[in-house]
Amino acid sequence: MKFFWEARKVILLAVLIYLVLKAVFGFQLLSQYIEQITLFSFIVILTSLGLNVIYGYTGQFSLGHAAFYGIGAYVSAYLSKSLGVDGILGFMPVLFLSGVGAGLVGYLIGIPILRLRDDFLAIATLGFGTLVRVILDNSDRFSEVLGGSRGFVGIPRITNLELAFFVTVFLILVTRNIIFSRFGLFWRCVKNDELASQGIGINTSRMKLMAFSYGCFLAGIGGALYAHLYTFLHPSNFDILKSIDFLIIVIVGGMGSIVGTIYAGLIWVGFIEGLRIVLPAEMLDLRWVFIPLFLIALMMWRPYGLIRKGG
Amino acid sequence: METISYLLQQCVNGLQLGAVYALIALGYTMVYGVLRLINFAHGDIFMLGAFIAYYLISKFDIPIYLVFAITMVCTAAAGYIIEKVAYKPLRNAPRISLLITAVGVSLFLEYFLSLKFLFTANYIGFPRPFEVQVYDLSLFTVTNIQLIIFAVTAVSLVLLFLLIYKTKYGKAMRAVSYDQEVAALMGINIDATISLTFIVGAALAGVGGILYSIAYPQINVFMGIMPGIKSFIAAVLGGIGIIHGAVLGGLVIGMSEVFVSGFLSSTFRDGVIFIILFLVLLLKPSGIFGKRIEKV
Amino acid sequence: MKALAIEGLEKGFGGVRAVDGISFSVEEGETVGIIGPNGAGKTTVFNLITGFYRPDRGKILFYDKNIAHLPPHKLPRLGIARTFQNLRLFGKLTVFENVLSAVLVRGGYNLLSAVFRSTDYFVTESKAEEKARKLIEFFNLTGKEDQAAENLPYGEQRRLELARALALEPKLLLVDEPGAGMNPIEIQGLVQTMNEVKRRFSLTIVIIEHQMGLVMNISDKIVVMDFGEKIAEGTPEQVKKDKKVIEAYLGEEPL
Repeated sequence: MKFFWEARKVILLAVLIYLVLKAVFGFQLLSQYIEQITLFSFIVILTSLGLNVIYGYTGQFSLGHAAFYGIGAYVSAYLSKSLGVDGILGFMPVLFLSGVGAGLVGYLIGIPILRLRDDFLAIATLGFGTLVRVILDNSDRFSEVLGGSRGFVGIPRITNLELAFFVTVFLILVTRNIIFSRFGLFWRCVKNDELASQGIGINTSRMKLMAFSYGCFLAGIGGALYAHLYTFLHPSNFDILKSIDFLIIVIVGGMGSIVGTIYAGLIWVGFIEGLRIVLPAEMLDLRWVFIPLFLIALMMWRPYGLIRKGG
Repeated sequence: METISYLLQQCVNGLQLGAVYALIALGYTMVYGVLRLINFAHGDIFMLGAFIAYYLISKFDIPIYLVFAITMVCTAAAGYIIEKVAYKPLRNAPRISLLITAVGVSLFLEYFLSLKFLFTANYIGFPRPFEVQVYDLSLFTVTNIQLIIFAVTAVSLVLLFLLIYKTKYGKAMRAVSYDQEVAALMGINIDATISLTFIVGAALAGVGGILYSIAYPQINVFMGIMPGIKSFIAAVLGGIGIIHGAVLGGLVIGMSEVFVSGFLSSTFRDGVIFIILFLVLLLKPSGIFGKRIEKV
Repeated sequence: MKALAIEGLEKGFGGVRAVDGISFSVEEGETVGIIGPNGAGKTTVFNLITGFYRPDRGKILFYDKNIAHLPPHKLPRLGIARTFQNLRLFGKLTVFENVLSAVLVRGGYNLLSAVFRSTDYFVTESKAEEKARKLIEFFNLTGKEDQAAENLPYGEQRRLELARALALEPKLLLVDEPGAGMNPIEIQGLVQTMNEVKRRFSLTIVIIEHQMGLVMNISDKIVVMDFGEKIAEGTPEQVKKDKKVIEAYLGEEPL
């Protein structure tokens, strides 16, 4: 078990960053709002990393990533509310279960749809995303507490700097260890050439399923942290536009690059939230005019990523 | 007796919706045929058609056939421009890049047109160009709107089939969707054929937009998303790239939607359509009329 | 001992019978060449053996075990490796990773070992890396380990594909047109490499080839196919004189 020893430099860096953040937030040098979006950026990084595993490393294009993020959020909120969880210790198993729940749904839906390729996979994942949205909109029919289209209210606020930061760092290390192992190598083989992968004995459907459910697991954890940061969930937080957010982060950061995803996640949250401060409210809609233009320009100019080129 | 009449009534209503889906699905299937691209922006062309017709009807006093003609010209132009500006530069890029671009174009159209000084994000009442009349045929009723939808759809389909199967342009389109390289070697102008495909598909979506808005007179910049996705599912159901498959697929999807709303609940409508999609993709990804393709 | 026995194998696509009841066998340690005009069904036979196609009828016996309906990814584990007619490398992966992936397919650590970096992980990885390096050296690719496979010249890509196949430690190696697109000098190099491979690894080889110089040189036995059927079988000398073979090749390249 050399998990910590091998990652000692990253862990040291992480502790330093944590101490700086703790000091900055502790002495209230920055507003509550900045603290909130800082935590949110960790969640975005974690969830985008999940999509990077699925799309960037394994080449399985998904337009429904936000659905798994939403599943994690709703599962955790439901669990913590019905079990009366309000502390970090009690929350840890809930957090884990939400990730597993999202991963399990990803596994089950992946069995049929991962046989599809490229654009057909895109439309199937998009379809799944819409289906989840329909279910969330009608969720009050199953249980009043879920709130349906009115939204899920009154979730305890549990996510704090320590939880968001260290869970994210830990899962980044776990992801890195998988990527730099035979499994990560097989994922990249599958992305490069599925037939050749089968030809050397890689069980491609198993590898795709593994990457897909692991990516969904990360999204589920991200969703659970999100639910307990903002304490309110609405089905519209988990629709196709959200999926496209994550997609843009993966593409900007570079497909198949962990560091790129981290930078891109930070830039993205800073940019989107920064615009909220700079632009007056009525101009905010302009964001979604420029984001698609940026996406199109990116596809023409550097389709493999802005920050890092991935293989 | 009452059940039968209810059933027939639902069929008529289903055909009305299905006809519109068929018109949109044709554009998806034709573009997929020549470019192997799911043109996500196609649903927004449909929306554009509805808005252009809205302005023509409410601002100018012109006969309805001119509304159709002008709208078709405008949406065709939009389709042409989108292809030239956004898709053509990516002709040799990976397919997913093209797909992401299409998603980008779609989002851009929606959010750009939803700006305050353009169409806004509000729902707008669509002015009906004529009074609604209901004809009682004892077992079921039919409205003049439905008759117009059936008639316009039928005429559009006949014209489309004539174009595709009786002219050299149609022949070129079929050749390009069969094999682009071979078509190019045979001297077919690939770029012009692709442009023509977008023009024809967008014109049909424009017609679909008008018909849809006459039947369901509430328009909004995001109105193209769901009909767009459903029509694409219709195209997949019929066998992507196959013209008559798109028509049949559209009718089946329209019918299913109306029947689910009528017999179950309208909230499950979209869910059922996606379940149909999953079933098709799993059981016969090539669609009803598609042939099986071997890999390697 | 028969390493491979094909019995009455049939495969059709639509109305075309690509492989029409073919039978032949390969002794352990033997090198068998399959030749025949374009479209004779040679590659289809390979795709049937390696599970990429499912046969309509017939048996494929690998050391007396019927493998006819196994999925492709199971075959390397049994000891069958192949190369592809039009090269299928992992283009964006490095030369080293191309070989390493094949080494690591055969046995390795589990997911938990990978995540928590157990001793098993380090031991397996370093053994695998050493083996990959040896293979790269054998195929004269040393110094190019970190290049993307797609950036190698064509001949080196061919060698890399062979290295990757041999990393699976197969008992039976299926080679599909290794000489395609090579000039005579490169072909000579390839003959040398193939002979070295035969000497170094105790292998049974089946090779599809158009380049007669190559296939006649290294094969112990030749199977000739035309229109999905076997029209002749024998030593290179016998096959060269066979009437049917000459007829099938009339208008094609002379033997």
